[in-house]
Amino acid sequence: MSWVEAIFVLLSLVALGSALLVVTTPHLVHAALWLVVTLGSVAGIFLVLAAEFVAWVQVLIYVGAVVVLLLFALMLTRAPTGRQADLTVRRALPAALVAGLVGVLLAVTVVAGFRDVRLDLDHTMVGSAGATGTAVFTVWVLPFEVLSVLLLAALVGAIALSRLRADSSAARGDR
Amino acid sequence: MPLWWPLLVASLLFAIGVYGVLSRRNAVLVLMGVELMLNAVNINFVAFDAQLRDVLHAGQTFALFTIVIAAAEVGLALAIVLLVFRTHGHIEVDGLRELADRDDPAELPAPQTASEGVA
Repeated sequence: MSWVEAIFVLLSLVALGSALLVVTTPHLVHAALWLVVTLGSVAGIFLVLAAEFVAWVQVLIYVGAVVVLLLFALMLTRAPTGRQADLTVRRALPAALVAGLVGVLLAVTVVAGFRDVRLDLDHTMVGSAGATGTAVFTVWVLPFEVLSVLLLAALVGAIALSRLRADSSAARGDR
Repeated sequence: MPLWWPLLVASLLFAIGVYGVLSRRNAVLVLMGVELMLNAVNINFVAFDAQLRDVLHAGQTFALFTIVIAAAEVGLALAIVLLVFRTHGHIEVDGLRELADRDDPAELPAPQTASEGVA
């Protein structure tokens, strides 16, 4: 096993272990913090798989912005910081059964389908900022623009949802 | 490295995300499960990009697009979660039953006013 493979296995184990903690921990805020570990090790997996720019975007957007947004959501909904017994549904066994079935099915399918394919990381193309930027702004420029419209729509939607509450409370104040 | 290593990691991460979505009651924790599932998909994109040595970097570009979509989704979901919290006083997804299908229309709960929910 080369050292690249060893690093990959290590990062995968960290990602899977912390992901398990995200979905099982009885502390609300700890779940968000374990999510940081998971997303960070997934960024490391991206680095090992020669996707340099995607890895840094993962760190910036996911670890930076998304987790902060989730923490804000927890704070604004007055999440208790202590241990909570009722964070998971009472009948979690069917959920675990379905998830296990999904995992086994997907794992068996991909392992059976790609058992003989080797990933040659020594001769792959590194997705540096230059290479990825050239790809995004030449071939994928139309999806990129559509995506910017989607972001704008999401922004407008979020503002509209927040203003909905302000308007209704103002109307109640009038009555 | 065999290609199925990253694919196996992605499958297991996706399954963990599915468990999180199905078993958690808090809406923010459900969102975290969705994030795990989106990350699993990204690992697949990047792994196949590296394996196919794609000149157009389709896999990595689509991984970037998925990250952007996830960010937009989290922003919108945060707005919805806050709105639910303002009107109901909690964000437990199995407590939101206004739209549930009922046999008897008389069982409908009285429409909750916003002032009741806010502590």
